[in-house]
Amino acid sequence: MSRDDDHTATDLSHLRGGETARNHDARTIAALTANPGCARRGVMDAAAVDKDAVARHLGFGAPFGQSQFAITRGNAFEAQVKADGCAELLALLRDGLGLDIPEVAYDDLESVGTESREVRHTRTRHLMARALESGEGTMFDHPLLRLDIAGQRAYLEPDVIAFQLGGRFHVVEVKSFAVVDGQAEPEQVAAAARQSAVYVLALRELVADLGHDPERVSHEVFLVCPENFSNRPTATPVDVRPQLAVVRRQLARLTRAEDIARDMPDGLTFALDDALPEAVRSVEARYAPECMSSCEMALFCRDEARACGATGTLGRSVRDELGGVDSVVTALDLARGVREPSEDMAETAEQLRVAARLRHEALAAAPAPAVPARDAAAPLVGVPAHGAGVLERTA
Amino acid sequence: MSTLTALAQLEAIASGRAQPVATVRHCHLSETPLVMIPLKLAGEAAAPLATMLGTDRNAPTLLVVPQPRNRDLRFGYAAELAKAVVEHVEAERGATETLEPSKDGEERFRYERAPQIIVPNRGSVGFLRLLGRSTRFRSTEGPWAVDPAVPMLGRWLTWFADRNDRPGSSVLLTLTETLRLHWATGQSSLEDGNLAALMGWIDPPEGMDGPSAAARAEDPVVSPPAGPATDPTFDNEVLAPAIAAFDESGGEPRAEERIRAAVASQLIPTWDLAWRALDLLRALPEGASVPKRWERDRDSFTYFHREFAESPPQAKLDDAVRAARRLHDLERSQESYEAQRAFDDPLVMAEQRLAGQAFGGMVTESEPTRLDESGKRPKLRPYVRIRTEDPVRLDEGATVVNAARPGLKGRVVEIDGQDVLLELTGGMGRKQTPEPGVVPEPGQRVVFTSRTADSWGASKFPEREDTPWTHGGPPAEYEPADEDATEVWS
Repeated sequence: MSRDDDHTATDLSHLRGGETARNHDARTIAALTANPGCARRGVMDAAAVDKDAVARHLGFGAPFGQSQFAITRGNAFEAQVKADGCAELLALLRDGLGLDIPEVAYDDLESVGTESREVRHTRTRHLMARALESGEGTMFDHPLLRLDIAGQRAYLEPDVIAFQLGGRFHVVEVKSFAVVDGQAEPEQVAAAARQSAVYVLALRELVADLGHDPERVSHEVFLVCPENFSNRPTATPVDVRPQLAVVRRQLARLTRAEDIARDMPDGLTFALDDALPEAVRSVEARYAPECMSSCEMALFCRDEARACGATGTLGRSVRDELGGVDSVVTALDLARGVREPSEDMAETAEQLRVAARLRHEALAAAPAPAVPARDAAAPLVGVPAHGAGVLERTA
Repeated sequence: MSTLTALAQLEAIASGRAQPVATVRHCHLSETPLVMIPLKLAGEAAAPLATMLGTDRNAPTLLVVPQPRNRDLRFGYAAELAKAVVEHVEAERGATETLEPSKDGEERFRYERAPQIIVPNRGSVGFLRLLGRSTRFRSTEGPWAVDPAVPMLGRWLTWFADRNDRPGSSVLLTLTETLRLHWATGQSSLEDGNLAALMGWIDPPEGMDGPSAAARAEDPVVSPPAGPATDPTFDNEVLAPAIAAFDESGGEPRAEERIRAAVASQLIPTWDLAWRALDLLRALPEGASVPKRWERDRDSFTYFHREFAESPPQAKLDDAVRAARRLHDLERSQESYEAQRAFDDPLVMAEQRLAGQAFGGMVTESEPTRLDESGKRPKLRPYVRIRTEDPVRLDEGATVVNAARPGLKGRVVEIDGQDVLLELTGGMGRKQTPEPGVVPEPGQRVVFTSRTADSWGASKFPEREDTPWTHGGPPAEYEPADEDATEVWS
């Protein structure tokens, strides 16, 4: 990664075909670390293509909606933690974690009026520079950070606070999922850690840019979540070194997207026009079920992978079990012994043949019973024959 | 995941229908299970929105919290749910059997039956666990008193969720996991987590195949999610306005009715699907060791029920002894559950054969009366030679048992290509000649496995009061604390 402002990695913006560039945020950057082997995702991300718009244009819009109840709750919790110059947060860090925090200044860098992101970023730089020089305890809310993503300048507007303690900066991320008796949902913690790692990386770029040691940004971040079933916040330190390594490696890899783009047919772009399906298909995807949670293109790629009978649609563990045979038809032919396996597939083929014989033997000895007929009295999905009764209070 | 399941999934894709991965049912199904479909409010840890429940598919009960953020309404819901759950628990007890006293002379009892709760998916279990955690410490007296049923609910839900962690337990079953234990579909485990999509593959509606039924199931309008999370679009377009109207009306019955109708529309499809799933599972013959595992569930139920009045609510975190014992129990349950399933079901045993831990084939030679006379007294040690096509990965000297008759034990003498020579060592009676029909004869098909059920016994752990200092010493006794009673539930 270059920190040079005039850095010129190969610009892939022409692939957007005139469509607006999509802004990255920490979530999308963190998502880059999922499925790194996917060329399609790599190129589209490197060119800042709006994948959501592409997927919708292809008729496979991703169902990434959020309930307003969840949004309201998240906003309310964040507002509460940050109220009165982060009074509650400070108390938490002081008392809860026993940090010896001196008097602090609180600066909210939230956008005022219509100033541009460049202006805001400059202000963040300016304040950070002063804090780094003086080493005084300072909290910055809503810093505007910058990260180069394959030559694209991405602005990050994290809902986090950069907070200086003993000459080191820590990232504080406020999340609204609950920590019950010291435990939270592992997937949510993992996602938060990945996002925080992106912020740490961006902050380090900035600190280095200002001529200081990037290590002044700590790899230890603080996750602030509601405790148990209340709205009371609790802070948990999280070491994001593993996530940092992954994000850094993936960002470095992204620049290779230019090689992939070179192989695309001439003149093809991801513009939202009739040639879009062809353009998308010309770059190979590597679909896995995990894509569903991180990539807007997932439904399109799943449909494509299913249509061509790829074993990857069943999940990585199945694919591994099939020794890398990636076609359903090939795998079944090998199992039935009607296809001669290539040398590297011999072992898998043997395993599949034995499996097929054992399955056949077991099912022949004990046939599975027939599916019972549907009871006429028990209505099928969506026929609320007893709907009226349900609406009466029963207790 | 195994190559066998992977193959079944490929066959499912090729045929457009789910394929069996079991030939018998590996879980207990009660005649009157309590089916429960809980919904929660998005963005909250455990704010109940509604639950549809009941033991009669034609008469579900619907409990709704019209304003999920209102503490009183929420505790009202908890009290009603508590009554339904406790009623089910008491109704499913049956008579009490008196068992032989234990070694130290203590009286032992076992209830004839036990309650069973059926929920759609893993998320429902997590929700019930959190609901249990948020209600079991509530105080029934003092300024924050709640209905006495509320902490009871919490303790029962905690017991159910805790049993669910135990491999082979059937008191709290999730339909998606139970169905996946018996069928493989042409989609990934992620999509199988959607009950409607999974059922679409196993039992597609008339005129549809698995893929098209599953595709339809992914449309939240046609097929609302099975919970506990609701469809965000439903939240934004239907539920939020209805709740707002309820608030504005000051809690008018008409406004509440609107919320109930909206929520019912989201729950009824899953309710019907759950009962249909139970029909499918019920059609499978029960595995031979299912009653034995259900007996463990009944034991746990009996103990918990009999001690209920005397015991404090389950701790938030296990103390050292309890945690160690629990881990040990879970590992043992896992081991014996896997072994028992294989003995019950040739399709599961096939996994062991594929892995080379078991083998099956035709007996080619048999010496049923062979004696080993090398010791002081001659011992009955019949030889049996078996021809197998299986990839046997056993060492000479390995101990094996007959899959159809686990009492019959043997030892691998030699493996020569496709021929395995076994020396039978036990399970043939006490005489110098085997009991008739026990030693396999030439022409008979047999399966022997090296994995045995109950291969390790229970370990001893110190009593709670004797927790060693290395593990923090004896933990403090539970004292009801004000902060538990007042814990915010918002």
